[in-house]
Amino acid sequence: MLVHSRGARAALHAVFFALFLPVFALPFAVVLAASFAGNWSGALPSSWTLDNYSAAVSGDSLQALNTSLVTAAVASAAALIAGTWAALAAQRLGRRARTAVDAVFMLPVAVPSVVVGLALLVAFSAPPLLLNGTRWIVMLAHAVLVTAFAYQSLTAALARLDPAYEQAAAGLGGRPGYVLWKVKLPLLLPSLGAAAGLCFALSMGELSATMMLYPPDWLPLPVRIFASTDRGALYTGAALAVLLMAATLAALVLLSRVRSRAEQR
Amino acid sequence: MMDGETVPTARTEPAGIRFEEVSVAYGASTVLDRFDLEVRRGEVMALLGPSGSGKTTALRAVAGFVRPSRGRVHLAGRDVTGLAPHLRGVGMVVQSYALFPHMRVEQNVAFGLKARKAPRREIPGRVAEALEMTGMGGYAGRYPRELSGGQQQRVALARALAIRPDVLLLDEPLSALDAQLRSGMLAELARLHRELPDVTMLYVTHDQVEALTLADRIAVLKDARLVDCGAPAELYRSPRTEFTASFVGGANLLPARGAGDGGALFGGARLRAAEDAPEGPVTLCVRPHLVALGGAGGNELRGSLLTAQWRGSVHRLFVDVGGHEVRADVAELRDPPRPGEEVRLTFSPEDTVLLPPGEPGAVAPRPAEDAEKSGARTPAEVAGG
Repeated sequence: MLVHSRGARAALHAVFFALFLPVFALPFAVVLAASFAGNWSGALPSSWTLDNYSAAVSGDSLQALNTSLVTAAVASAAALIAGTWAALAAQRLGRRARTAVDAVFMLPVAVPSVVVGLALLVAFSAPPLLLNGTRWIVMLAHAVLVTAFAYQSLTAALARLDPAYEQAAAGLGGRPGYVLWKVKLPLLLPSLGAAAGLCFALSMGELSATMMLYPPDWLPLPVRIFASTDRGALYTGAALAVLLMAATLAALVLLSRVRSRAEQR
Repeated sequence: MMDGETVPTARTEPAGIRFEEVSVAYGASTVLDRFDLEVRRGEVMALLGPSGSGKTTALRAVAGFVRPSRGRVHLAGRDVTGLAPHLRGVGMVVQSYALFPHMRVEQNVAFGLKARKAPRREIPGRVAEALEMTGMGGYAGRYPRELSGGQQQRVALARALAIRPDVLLLDEPLSALDAQLRSGMLAELARLHRELPDVTMLYVTHDQVEALTLADRIAVLKDARLVDCGAPAELYRSPRTEFTASFVGGANLLPARGAGDGGALFGGARLRAAEDAPEGPVTLCVRPHLVALGGAGGNELRGSLLTAQWRGSVHRLFVDVGGHEVRADVAELRDPPRPGEEVRLTFSPEDTVLLPPGEPGAVAPRPAEDAEKSGARTPAEVAGG
């Protein structure tokens, strides 16, 4: 600790909470409060109710949550595979080619996601690749958007990985595929877990590209939240948001369990 | 001991390593320059040199991790220059051990056997055998992080030996260990070599003590080139270059003039040497521990003492002889001379070697000094031991 006196430390903590709580914690608390609100005109909700949740767990909303979970799972799995593959391949490239690959994978995060949505819409609205109007175009958009993050975390993890492991494994007679499967990927597992969590969370919250692409039978939860609030049902939207938050957190906790097991080994 | 008639092993052909004019370059910088060396089957060859001399590059060229820009590498008579590392069948131990952290000790040792598709039922026996051989039999179930550095090194050795390689590559394997562990592991490696007489070992080190103790022959590298190669005693007693003389064991290198009659002139003194040298400039080489204070050794130099360093069992005297510093390691003195005092140094003509002079203006390298400072044994102990 840099600060030793008890008073100074207490003051520091006070400043920390005064600055960070309103910015990070309060909005979530407000959403949580709103999800239970029947009516809200003062500083606090004037009446409490569970009606919002009964709307939130109705068939359509649960369907939307399911849609989001499936989309996020498929998109992050695809992103993880593509991102890992690309990172492994990029490692073998020369510096210039590598910069080019880095740029290509950065593109979807560098441009607004509305542009990504529009691009996919234009690209896949005509045969032979007619994906527009299907759920696949939503999953594709999410995968394209989150692959950038998977690629980046895996590239960083690979740069940290001591080449001596791979060389030792090769020297012992391991074919490149065997070494990848038995040595490199297990050593990358913690980073893969972190990347998976990031991709999943980002996909769960994706709205702008999804808005341009979703077909009527594949409506993810964020779209539904937006629709609720758009027509004025703020508290129902809040309840749906809490549902989204809880589902995402649960998925992340599950992933971090896997991750910490991987790290312990 | 290993006997593997029915087992597919790396040992399918006679062993031995041959470097044929091997050069390795990264961009404009050449890290290994026309390296030519033949290691006999079952021989321990040390590659000795300071950092940046190319010794590790030579070893990595055998393992297949660097591709020579020219020249060929042969293993057991087979040209492996373009062969992928996993097809070469060499065992390798590196300074950082590189044990797989997510595998237990036994899984680490079994890795090479599984990768080479050894029959499943034979793997446990061979893992146990390799672990016994390195004294790690009781640690099969541990993870690498639960082991000390020395133990990890033994596991790395067991992992390399489990595949029964023809060639074992050791890249500074003891550098990360403390002095005491190092001498223990050195004895262990010597024992392993006796138990596995057919395994050719290439041992990269910057430590002359390790090279002198373990190697059948030593190849001395400097600035990406091979400068000398020979049996340890040969390199030590009659070095052929100034660099070998100073790097292997440390030596006084004095500019003298060959007299053409088995002697040389240095600072007005006439000195005799073991072998004749042509007339003209020569470098007179004598090991510090072979120089005595006083006495009658045949060759004699007079000078004034600069300092006397007490090093426990020995005193190292720095003596100014006609403007040149001469070092002498003498048994601990009860009453050492004082700085400025006139002293008489003697040494035997048999211990005096005349070398061709180094390139003019070249700074005589003194890396052996560092080895001594870092707590390694003195050349006297090595030679006597």
